[in-house]
Amino acid sequence: MKITVLGAGPAGLYFGILAKRADPSHEITVLERNPPDATFGWGVVFSAETLGSLRDADPPTYLEITDTFARWSAIDIHYRGTRLRSRGHSFSAIARKRLLAILQRRCREVGVDLRFGVDVSDPARLREQADLLVAADGVNSLTRRSAPEVFRPTVTPQGGRYAWFGTDLVLDAFTFIFRETEHGLFQVHAYPFDENTSTFIVECPEPTWRAAGLAEASEAQSIAFCERLFAEDLAGHRLMSNRSTWQTFPLVRNREWHDGHTVLLGDAAHTAHFSIGSGTKLAMEDAIALAGAISTNTDLEAALVEYELARQPVVERFQQAAGESVGYFQRVGEHTDREPIQFAFNLLTRSGRISHAALTVRDPDFTRVLDSWFSGTRGLAPPPAFAPLRIGNTLLRNRIVRTVPSADAGLVLTEAVAVTPDGRRGPDSPTLDTEQKSFVDEVHRLGALAGLRLGHAGPRGATREPTRGVDIPLPAEQSWPLIAASALPYGPRSATPRAMVAADFDRIESAFATGARQAAEVGFDLLELDFAQGGLLAGFFSPLTNHRTDEHDAGPAGRVRFALSVLRAVTARWPAARVLAARLSVTDWARGGLPVTDGIEIARALVAGGVGLIHVVAGQTVAEGRPTYGRGFLTTLSDRVRGAVGVPTLVGGYLTSVDEANTVLGAGRAELCLLESPSTDLDRQVWPG
Amino acid sequence: MRLGIGLPSTTPGTDGAAILDWARTAENSPLTSLAVLDRLVYDSLDPFIALATAAAVTQRIGLATMIAIGPLRGGGLLTKQAGSLARVSGGRLTLGLGVGARLDDYRAAEAEHRTRGTRLSAQLTQLRTEPDTEEVELLVGGTSGAALARMARYADGYAHGGGPPRAFAAAADRARAAWSDLGRPGAPALWGQGYFALGGAADLEAGQAYLRDYYAFTGPFAAKIAAGCLCDARSVKDFVRGYQEVGCDELVLLPTSSDPAQLHRLLEVLGE
Repeated sequence: MKITVLGAGPAGLYFGILAKRADPSHEITVLERNPPDATFGWGVVFSAETLGSLRDADPPTYLEITDTFARWSAIDIHYRGTRLRSRGHSFSAIARKRLLAILQRRCREVGVDLRFGVDVSDPARLREQADLLVAADGVNSLTRRSAPEVFRPTVTPQGGRYAWFGTDLVLDAFTFIFRETEHGLFQVHAYPFDENTSTFIVECPEPTWRAAGLAEASEAQSIAFCERLFAEDLAGHRLMSNRSTWQTFPLVRNREWHDGHTVLLGDAAHTAHFSIGSGTKLAMEDAIALAGAISTNTDLEAALVEYELARQPVVERFQQAAGESVGYFQRVGEHTDREPIQFAFNLLTRSGRISHAALTVRDPDFTRVLDSWFSGTRGLAPPPAFAPLRIGNTLLRNRIVRTVPSADAGLVLTEAVAVTPDGRRGPDSPTLDTEQKSFVDEVHRLGALAGLRLGHAGPRGATREPTRGVDIPLPAEQSWPLIAASALPYGPRSATPRAMVAADFDRIESAFATGARQAAEVGFDLLELDFAQGGLLAGFFSPLTNHRTDEHDAGPAGRVRFALSVLRAVTARWPAARVLAARLSVTDWARGGLPVTDGIEIARALVAGGVGLIHVVAGQTVAEGRPTYGRGFLTTLSDRVRGAVGVPTLVGGYLTSVDEANTVLGAGRAELCLLESPSTDLDRQVWPG
Repeated sequence: MRLGIGLPSTTPGTDGAAILDWARTAENSPLTSLAVLDRLVYDSLDPFIALATAAAVTQRIGLATMIAIGPLRGGGLLTKQAGSLARVSGGRLTLGLGVGARLDDYRAAEAEHRTRGTRLSAQLTQLRTEPDTEEVELLVGGTSGAALARMARYADGYAHGGGPPRAFAAAADRARAAWSDLGRPGAPALWGQGYFALGGAADLEAGQAYLRDYYAFTGPFAAKIAAGCLCDARSVKDFVRGYQEVGCDELVLLPTSSDPAQLHRLLEVLGE
C-alpha cells in the first residue's frame, strides 16, 4: 500500500514506523513543512500506562525513549508560601526535540521516506496519489479544515491564556506554582524533561492576562514579567522562549475521523488540555491503534472504522477529564482561602481521575495529613466523611447524609413534608399533621441528627405516587386546587395553579412558622426549607415560573421577597441554636432560566436572611429542562456556591460511595454529602436461568 | 439479566409468515421478549402491527418497542395503539419511546420535528393517565439530559441505543443519576440492544450491508454500527456477559435478516 503521512510530529512518525514494521511492502512517505530539527515546545510527559503500550508496539524506540527519560514520582504544589509534596505518582518526560530525533532515526532505519520542507497546500491532491493519507498535521490540521463537511470538527478555545516556556531550572517533581498578583492568580505547570531543562507553562485567566498588560507585551517583555513574578521559584534561573507566545488552548473534536482513505491522527483529530498532559500520549496511542487496525484488516475501510471505534471512547474520557481540569484552573482563584493541604488535595483530585482512596494507595502519608488536618486531630484521624462537623452550635458526628435512618449517617433527612395540605406532592405525602416523633427517636437512637425538609409543592402538587412516574396528575376527582407564583401548569397535563394573592402569602408564611415551631418541639436538629426544583417558594426565583408584575416580580429584589419573609417567620420560631438549611436550585438548567450566577445571588440573600447551610441542587424548575447527569453531577455547583457565598453546603447528585464523599469533602467542595441509598436491585438472573 | 430477541420487522421484505414463524420459535425458547424498531421511510413493518401479529401466536413472551418514535403519531393514536396491543396481548407490552433521529420520518408522518421533545413528554403523561395504558411498562431512549429527565420523570426504565458494554455502563450511570434526581424509588429498568448476524462470512457481510443501508442516514456512523455487529458465538457471549456485568436488566439481540436460521443459530449459541 502507498501511504502518505502528513506531518512529522510524534503521531505521524510513530505511525510510519509501526506500519512499515508490520508490513515492509508498504511505501510510506512522511511529508513535513518544517526542517527536521525545528520543533516548538519543550518536554512532553508520559504515564506508566502509555509506556507499556510503547514497549509492546516497538521495543527499540521504547528502549531509546526510556533511556533518555526524566522520571519522577512527586507532585509539588507551591501555594501561599508553602510547598506541599505528594509522592507515589509516576511520570516520565522527554524533550520533544529528542523524541522526534529518535523517531526520525527509527523511521529511516525501517525504511520510511522522510521529506522535510515540503509545504502541502492541497491535501486532496495527495489523497489521489496515495492508497491511504494519514493526516497527522496537528492541531491546525489543513486536512481537517479543508473538509469540514466530512469530519464535522468543532474547535473551541478552553481555559485561560498560557505560554509554554523552558527553563534551566531542573525540577525533581511535577510542579504547580500559584502566585497571587494585583491582577489575579497566575499558575505554573512545570516538569523536568532532561538533565538540564524543565518545561515551565505559565497560565492565567484571560481578564488577568489583559489586566497585567500581557496582551500588549512583546515576547521579551512577557518573559521578563514571568521571570519577575516567579523569581523566588526560579531561584536565579532563567526562562527560555521557543516561539513562546500567549495562546489559548483549543479543544478539537471531530465527529468523523476518516473520510474514504483519509484518516486523522493525533491533534488533528482531537485535543484534551495541557493541564492533564496527554497530547503526545494520545497521539502515539492513536498511531499504535491505526497501524494495528491496518495490519489486521484486509479491508481498509474496516480498518479505519476499527481505529475510530477503538480510539474515540478513550479520547472522550480524556476530554471529559480535561474539561474538569480546565474548569478547575479557571476557577482556582476562588479557592485561595483554602488551607494548603486542602488546596493541594483539591488540585490532585480536580479531573475526577484520582479519588481519596486512589490517592491513599499512591501516597498514604498525604491523605493521612489531609485527614488529620480535616478533622483537627493529631494522630490517627478518620477520613473526611467520618470527621465530625460543627455548624453553629450543632455538632454532627460525621458528614454523611441519608434519607433513610441508617447507622452510618451523621444526618438523616425526612422526605418533603408539606406545610399545608395543598402543598402535598400526592395524597399520601406527609404534612405537619403526620406523626414525626418516631422518626426523630429512631434517628437519634442510631446516633445521628434528624432533619426535617419543609416545603410546599406549589404547581407540582396533586400528583400520583412516584412508583410509576412523577408529575403525573391525579384524576380530577382526587385532585385539589393548586397555587403558584404565576398561573403556569408544571407539566403537560398538570392542572393550572392559581397565582398567589395576598391572603395566600399570609397563610403560607404562617404555615411555615407553624411548621418550624412543630419541628423544634418534636426534636428535629435541623430544618431544611425547600426553595428548590419548581416548588412554591422556588417558583418566585425564576423568570420561567414567575410572570408577576407586583412587588414579587422576577427582578433581583422581587424574586426573593417572599422567600425572605418566610425566612423571617421561620427564624422567629426555629431555635437559633439549631441548623436552618435551604434546599436551593442554583440554576434552572433550562433555556431562558436562571444561570448559576443568579442562583449564587439568591443563595447569598438566603444566607443573609438567616440560613446557615445551603443544600445545593439544580434544575426541575420546569418540566422540560436540560440537566446534566452523571456521577457527582452537582459537586461543581456546590463548590461554586460555597466559594462565592462562604456558606457550608450539602450536596448529593448521585454520590454512591463513601470514597466519593471523602473526595468531595476533603477537597472542600461541600461540608456534607447526601449519599444514595444502597440499591436493592441485586436479584439479577444469569442466562439461561 | 433477561434476554430478548428482535423481530425482523425492519429488515426489507419480511412478510407475515416470517413474523409468525419467528415469534413461535421465540415463544418456545427461554427468550423473554420480542422487540421491534420503528422506521417510516424504509422497507419495514409498522411496529404495532408487527407486535400484534406476534401476539396472536404467543402467550408468554413479552412484546417490546425498542424504541418507537412517539411524536410521529398523535398522542391519542399512540395511546390507542399501545392500549389495544396491551389489551389483546394480555398485558405483555413494554413500550419504549424516543424522539428518533430522522427528519424524513417526521416529514412522511406530517409531524412537527421542532416540538418533538415536549410532545413526547405529553404523550408519556397521557399514556400514564389513560386506563388502557397506565399499567404498561414504559421505557424512554435518548442520550441528552432532557431525554434522561423525561425517562426518570415519566417512565419505568431506560432503553439504550446500542454499543459496547462500556458505553451502556456510562449511559446507565446517567440514567440512575436522573432517576435519583427525580426522586424515584428503586432503580430504572435498563434495557440494552445489539445486532447479530450468525453463520459465516456471507451472513456477516449481508448483515453488515443491511446495517449500512438501514443507518445510511447517520452518514459514516453506519460503518461503525456495522462493525459492532456480533458475528460468532464468542462475540455474542462476550457481549452478553459484558452487559450482564454492568447491570443490564434486559438485553435485546436484534437480527439483521429475517432468515429463521439466524434465530436458531442465536438460540444455539445462547444455549451452549
